[in-house]
Amino acid sequence: MSNIVSLQSITKRGEAQPQASGCSTKSSCGTSAGQGDMPDHVWDKIKDHPCYSEEAHHYFARMHVAVAPACNIQCNYCNRKYDCSNESRPGVTSERMTPEQAAQKVVAVANKVPQMSVLGIAGPGDSMFDWRKTFETFAQVEKRLPDLKFCISTNGLALPDHIDRLADHNIDHVTITINMVDPEIGTQIYPWIYYNGKRYTGLDASKILHERQMESLERLKEKDILVKVNSVMIPGINDQHLLDVNAAIKERGAFLHNVMPLISDPAHGTYYGLNGQRGPSAAELKELQDKLAGGANLMRHCRQCRADAVGMLGEDLSQDFTMDKIDPDVVYDPEARRLYREVVERERADRNAAVAVAEDTLSHTEAPSRLVAVATKGGGRVNQHFGHASEFQVYEVDHDGVRFVGHRKVDNYCQGGWGDDDVLEDNLIPTLEGVEAVFVSKIGSCPKKDLAAAGITAIDAYPFEYIETAIARWYAEINGTADATMGSIA
Amino acid sequence: MALKITTSTCSACGACEFECPNAAIAMKGETYVIKASACTECDGDDPKCIAVCPVENCIVKA
Repeated sequence: MSNIVSLQSITKRGEAQPQASGCSTKSSCGTSAGQGDMPDHVWDKIKDHPCYSEEAHHYFARMHVAVAPACNIQCNYCNRKYDCSNESRPGVTSERMTPEQAAQKVVAVANKVPQMSVLGIAGPGDSMFDWRKTFETFAQVEKRLPDLKFCISTNGLALPDHIDRLADHNIDHVTITINMVDPEIGTQIYPWIYYNGKRYTGLDASKILHERQMESLERLKEKDILVKVNSVMIPGINDQHLLDVNAAIKERGAFLHNVMPLISDPAHGTYYGLNGQRGPSAAELKELQDKLAGGANLMRHCRQCRADAVGMLGEDLSQDFTMDKIDPDVVYDPEARRLYREVVERERADRNAAVAVAEDTLSHTEAPSRLVAVATKGGGRVNQHFGHASEFQVYEVDHDGVRFVGHRKVDNYCQGGWGDDDVLEDNLIPTLEGVEAVFVSKIGSCPKKDLAAAGITAIDAYPFEYIETAIARWYAEINGTADATMGSIA
Repeated sequence: MALKITTSTCSACGACEFECPNAAIAMKGETYVIKASACTECDGDDPKCIAVCPVENCIVKA
């Protein structure tokens, strides 16, 4: 349990001193920061959901239970015999569990991880094709933890048959994976589907899937259920087409669009992996996401997590909660989660105020935008040692504000108390390509020097500051506009 | 006249269990099996278990 983030470690700085609230500039609106101009009933649905709100993912954790192994379509990026690395599907090699066992696991996790706010069912097959197990799990969990949010992830083919059941279980978040709105393109992604007792292939398969996906979007909109659309970006097949997908889903009321890079390691044994279909580079993904920025809200903080993932996004505690470690008679204790939510309310107000000040500082700075990376354990703060980071969050900064653009996974530099120079050279520095500065709570002098030699400045002058505050102060300083505005931040 | 599941390639996803119109498929121990006396091979239609199975040639004639 040692890797669970303690409250103290993320909130080490002094007391809350709110100076402003709400959304002061356009870059802090929508899902990327606080409530902004979002209506109250929508904000209430997403404010504690780490996948729907970039801000919430600094505070809240999710868990998936892998109760739904059966699927009704075949995707060329998925090999269900092993891992579907793209679609939160650990495949059959992972632990199988019954709805009853899943409910026990949820209680055990909620008792130990107060950040937990959401239970999702994402497979490992399709949650709506394997609907009996999905809904039975929600029914079992509802009895034990009535205040937990539920969400599902699906390909949409079977979803229209279960709309009323979704509403009955108070599921107000649904993710549909939509990779195309042109069935011709679909033929290169889906070899077959199973629908109404029959297998369809070729264009027929993609036509049916497309129609059912669009129907799903429309029916969910009628029920006022929030929809996130996941799209796998497959270079040469649907990369540019995702602009059309974005427009089509926006028109049908989707709340969020999450474009994810294809993962196609031949070792996974997928059709794409075995046939040399490559995934996009971080730069290609960002370029497409930037092009999509005017359409449906974009999600950039997705970690493509597994169907049995547990913890904050970017971490996975699932190995701490395998069935053999769970007491079948475990009883839910709501106190830890209640306390945690109180702390988060205070932290949020404080952070929103800090972001507003940071944006005010930046608005006085006319200079080219820059990419920086941050080591954080949560709470929206620069609070991780360089050597302990297994991912960096990447931000873009200019006079419009500080914007989250994505994350980059890295190998740990610190290995058993010693820095590993091979990791630095072969993994960390190449992964941080394009990044000019790395914000950390602490860093040794050797890696600092090596990073500098590679053109990356390590910044440890803002430990435990809010990410936006640290980046804005640094940016103002290097651009010589710090003196005029710094007084209000310190 | 019946089909059988090749245990060594079956991924045990269970998709066939609910699709079988004769309720002939059930989990037995670690794997799914088809009860031969209940299987009709879907009476001349394409067998539904084969149509839904994600593993090629996993379900074959007994």
